[in-house]
This record gives sequence, C-alpha cells and structure tokens, in this order.
Amino acid sequence: MSPAPDRPLAILNARIVDPASRLDARGALFVRDGVIEAVVTGSDPGAVGADYETLDAGGTLLIPGLVDLRVKTGEPGFETRETLRSAAEAAAAGGVTTFVVQPDTDPVIDEASVVDFIRRRARDSSLVNVLPAGAATQGCLGERMAEIGLMAEAGCVYITDADRPILNSKVMRRVLDYARSFGMLVAHRPADPWLSEGAAATSGEFAGRMGLPSAPPEAEKIMLERDLALVEMTGARLLADQVTTACALESLERGKRRGLPVFASTSINHLTFNEIDIGDYRTFLKFDPPVRGEDDRQAVIEALATGLIDVVVSAHAPAPPEDKRLPYAEATPGAVGLQTLLPALLAFHHEGRIPLIDLIAAVTVRPADLLGLKSGRLARGAPADLVLCDLDAPLVVDPDRLRSRSRNTPFDGRRLQGVVRRTFVAGRTVFED
Amino acid sequence: MNGSVQGLSEVLGRTFPFPRRHFLSVLDLNPVDVAGLLDLAEGFVELNRQTSKKLDLLKGRTLINLFFENSTRTQSSFELAAKRLGADTINMSPRSSSIAKGETLIDTAVTLNAMRPDILVVRHGASGAASLLAQKVSCSVINAGDGQHEHPTQALLDALSMRRAFGYIAGLRVAICGDILHSRVARSNVGLLQMMGAEVRLVGPPTLIPAKADRWGVQVFNDLRQGIAGCDVVMMLRLQLERMDGAFAPSPREYFRFWGLDREKLGAAADHVKVMHPGPMNRGVEIDSDVADDLTVSLIQDQVEMGVAARMAVLAALAARLETA
Repeated sequence: MSPAPDRPLAILNARIVDPASRLDARGALFVRDGVIEAVVTGSDPGAVGADYETLDAGGTLLIPGLVDLRVKTGEPGFETRETLRSAAEAAAAGGVTTFVVQPDTDPVIDEASVVDFIRRRARDSSLVNVLPAGAATQGCLGERMAEIGLMAEAGCVYITDADRPILNSKVMRRVLDYARSFGMLVAHRPADPWLSEGAAATSGEFAGRMGLPSAPPEAEKIMLERDLALVEMTGARLLADQVTTACALESLERGKRRGLPVFASTSINHLTFNEIDIGDYRTFLKFDPPVRGEDDRQAVIEALATGLIDVVVSAHAPAPPEDKRLPYAEATPGAVGLQTLLPALLAFHHEGRIPLIDLIAAVTVRPADLLGLKSGRLARGAPADLVLCDLDAPLVVDPDRLRSRSRNTPFDGRRLQGVVRRTFVAGRTVFED
Repeated sequence: MNGSVQGLSEVLGRTFPFPRRHFLSVLDLNPVDVAGLLDLAEGFVELNRQTSKKLDLLKGRTLINLFFENSTRTQSSFELAAKRLGADTINMSPRSSSIAKGETLIDTAVTLNAMRPDILVVRHGASGAASLLAQKVSCSVINAGDGQHEHPTQALLDALSMRRAFGYIAGLRVAICGDILHSRVARSNVGLLQMMGAEVRLVGPPTLIPAKADRWGVQVFNDLRQGIAGCDVVMMLRLQLERMDGAFAPSPREYFRFWGLDREKLGAAADHVKVMHPGPMNRGVEIDSDVADDLTVSLIQDQVEMGVAARMAVLAALAARLETA
C-alpha cells in the first residue's frame, strides 16, 4: 500500500492549496526521493513517466502537512497519557506531519541529552516529524536559565517553559537576551500568576453562577504587556503562547504595529468553544488558559482572520479518565486535539468566515516559517509532507475512533466537515482512510 | 393515622410524583415544584411538633450521608429527616483518609452505590461534585452543598421560613448580605427566590461580590444601609475568619463596622423586617448578638426547625418517585 520511498509519486487531479505561494488551483504534484519535485497547475499535467506511481485525487484538496507548534505527549514520564508513537498516529490521522513537543515532561527537556533522546525516540518510533521544544529555565521552574545554546545545537526548535509563565522579569529578560544570540524563538504563556492562581474558568457571569474559581481576562493582558516591553528592550523573537482574550489582542496589535518581533498563537479550542460549553461542569472543556466568554472567542476568530494571530495550535494535552473524572476545579486541564485540528479549523471556511487559504496558512507555512522549517509549503525541494483532505465530507467526532491513548476531546459528538483521506511524510503514506 | 398525616398524603398525592431523580440545583425546579415541596414541608412542620414524629414513607429505604466537608448542622438535619420518615441512615465522612489513599470522589461514590442505597446526600468542597456523582451512580443524589455552587435544600428551608413568616414569597424584598463570592447559600437563594417572584439584592464589599453579579437579575449594593433599605428580609451570610485577615477584608473589626448587622443599621430596613442566617454565626463579626437573639426579628431558630421539615419534603418527594420508577 505504502509506496517505497525511492519510487516517485504523481498525485493527479487535485485541488492544490498552498498558502506560501497563494496557490489555489487544479493541478498535479510530483514527488521524488521524499521531496516535492514539481507542482503543475492546470488540468493537463503532461506525460507522467512510467516509473511514477500515480494517484488520482479526484478533485480532493491537497495541502501541505500541518505543523503543530504545541503538543504534549506523556513521554518521557507519563506514558499512560500518551507516547510519542500514539501521538504520532493521531497526528498522521489528523494530517499533522510535524509537531513540536513541550518540554514539561519528566525529566524536563532542559538539557541537550533529553533533546537528543526525544529526537532519537521520535526517529525510531514515529511516523511523523517530532521536534522538541527546550525549557527556557532549568526544570521549567522559572529561576535559572536552561542550557539554551547546547539544546539549540542538539536540535530543539524553540524554547519555552510550556504552561508555566516565567514570573521573574529579570529571568525573562535574560532568557530573551540569551536566546536571541542563538537565534532561538522564545514562546511564553502570558498569564499573570497571581490573578490566575487556582483559576478554572474566566471571571464573569457564568463562572460566578457556577461557583468556579476564576481569573479575569486581564490576567493575560498584564503578562503580555510585560513581555512586549521586554521584547522591545531585548529585540528577541517572542511567540505569545495562546492568546485568547480581546484585551490581550489589543496589546498584541499595538506591539505588532510598532514592529516588534512578536508573534501569537491561539488554540483550536479557544476558537471553537466558549464558557457556556462547560455546561454541567464538563471537565473536557477545562483548558489552560481557561475557556473564555463568547466576546473573547469572537475577537480571537477576528484576529485569526486579519492575521493578527499567526498560528493555530491543537494544544494537544492528553489526560486519562482519572485526571478528568473529577470535580471541575480539581480536574487536569487540557484536551487532545491532533486528530480534530484540521476539520475543526475548516469549520470557519464552511461558515464562510475565513478564506480557506488563510486558515491553512495558520497551520502550515506560518508555523514552519517561525521555526525556519522547509516544510509547510508545496515548493520544489520541500519535504513531501502532504495531506489529501475531502473538504466537504461530514464526520461526527467519535472519541473511540481517536488514536490517542487518551480520549479527552471536547469535540465529542461534534459534527464537522473535512475528512483526511491520506497523509504523506517525506513522500510515504503514513495514514490512509 | 392522625389528621396532619392525612393532610400530608393528600398533598403528596396532589403534587407528586416529583419529576426528577436527583435534587441538585434550584435551577432544576419550577415554581410548581417549589410550591408543592413547601406545602409538603408545612405538613412535616406540624408532624415534627407532635410527640410521635415517625412516618413510614421511607420504610426500608437506605440513605447515606456522604459528607466530604464537616457539617454537624446539615448532616444531623438530613439524618433526623430521614429517620422520621422511617429510612435507615448511615453517616460517612471520608475526608482526608480516603484522599490520602488515592481514592477519588467517584471511586468512593461508586463503592457506596454498590451497597445499593436509595438516596445519597452529598456535601463536597468542589463546585459540581454532586452533579458529577449523580452521573455515576444509580441512586438518587441530593446536593447538600457543592463548593461555591449550590445548597438547594438551604434555599428551600429559607423559602419555607419566609413563607411562614409573611404568608407569601412573591414581592418580598430580600437582601442577601456578606460573602456572596464564596457562598453556595447565596447562589441557591438567588435562584429560588427569583423563581418565586421575590426581589433580591446582594450586599457586600466589592471583593466579596462575584464578577458581573449585576447580570444575575439582582441589584448589587456595597453599602449595607442602602442595600437593606426597605427590605422585608435581611439574610446575613457567614464570613470565614481566615478571609478577613487582609485577603478579602482588612480585619474583622473593620468588616463589622461596615457590613456587620447591628440594631442601628437594621433600622434602615422595613419595620416588620425579619433577619435570617444560615449558620453557624460569627457573632460580633457579621451579626450582632443583640439582633440575632431577638426573637421578634430573628428567624434564625426557625430556619433550623424548617431545615428538618424541608429536607423531609425533599426526601418524601424523591421517595415517591422511587415508588413509581
């Protein structure tokens, strides 16, 4: 079924959408030796060499494989949640061909040997490209800098303390300064720790009525404002990790308008759900940052449409039942998302809210460019990481059909459109529907 | 059977079966349910004042009090209510011991459920805990307080106390005062009183009023005198002392000065005002003993008595449904 890597492949009769070249056209794509050999638009691809395996896409959407900047597995340390292998299977089924794992594992990815471990484990056991993010501080404790330079050499793609904001502004300043000298992107969670302490929801009418401990949206803005000031001071590149509130987006817009090297992600969960979805304390809707009100969600969608938000992540965070079958405030935050990211994002195309090519850009070329990857685009010489997706095909999300080891999906039972038919990594089929 | 018991069975037959398996939130109820439960409770008040207080409505049934948080008052109220209706009861307080053993809330509940109780009365420190349990067990679940969310039987007994004092609830002007933020009593009372047509006000320092509480359909006041002006009922809430060390209020004495209810401040309310408190009281902090102990204005002792009757009504209603299930 899977073509040998040395046999060239011709995908004919596809609707090719490549945000990097702003291409949206009928055409054919040729793959040789794991890289893209040519993209030919028009109904006639010309004569296809006899050595090619040909695949008639029948008009199906062909896009670059997704690049997901924020994924947690449980490896190393919490393999009951998820392994690199199970996460990779979920990724392949979801059209994600590259993902970046967060460093808050056990042990923490805060030195070169752990970076190396992840890279080797991923290469040996994984279907898709798995890249490690390194910790910004030792143990993700926010106190002393981790070996950013050595981790960069070992192949970490950005640095971050994952869910934990770096409270000490002096430490954050030094991390930014130091990372800049290695050309490293720093990702940081904007959350004021004191306002967010113990919060399970966003302050407002809903959380108040439900009696849930909550943080105001301004907790996000306050920390982002500090980070922007430090970016201005140091000139380092910063990725604001999951901007989810209207008030923080105002700060982000001002920072970008001033020309600061600041970028922002948001999660598919915050684009899709609002606090009302918590309903009767559904812990699958507990995220970090917490799910917001509808006004914030609308602001985030608008920011994605205008490009103020650069990147959409799955924020894949597997949690087994024992971590979720708890009262809301005690449950572990996070949701699996690798397999639902693409169809959930396509909802904004089907609603007519955001053009298809812009949605695809936020999960392909933009995250790839942030990390300096050659993937995420359909260009000659780029890795043949590809997804064939039946854009209009309906699906009902069934947790039992998720390939993740954990099934904590807030999309449970949700009706979406856009079924991944086939996923290629370096020209090899890693998933077929 | 004597007269009042016949009255009960008549009410029971007229109003029920109760349409729900669980009793989790006042928002699950409608005004007809509430009126029916209050009518039923009135009958139990009479019963409880007789020498022979025992009925067999719950004969053969088992009730488990599962209290993850300490509460002598609510637990004994439920226990007495169940026993007077003829049920067998046991009390469990699986606090630190089971948590230390790693047993979760669900594990504990599923274990107890396997012993086939008919009714599980749950108190837990986390909002939503009772609802979570109700999804995992086959018996009826009564919420006896979940975190900062709801305490529906308290709201029912408060409504009963008010209806007996005034003869009606619709149109009453009720000020709920103090630590609204952490209070499940406040949330249940707001829901139930609004449903029954009362006008509800919330009064307290801004640090103890939930964000956007003005969207609950209530008026919010930070000044106690303004808040209780013209009110028929002033309901004071307990303020935990550790919240007055500068966290939510600077000190107990400052709190009492501005938000403690004394005779002088009470003068702003209606002449016929009744004062309520869910207990236990911090005398001299949120309420002055002079007011609390004045039986011409205080309904606080009545509330305790109504607690047993209101809980008997809830148990009888759920049991009647069990019969027809």
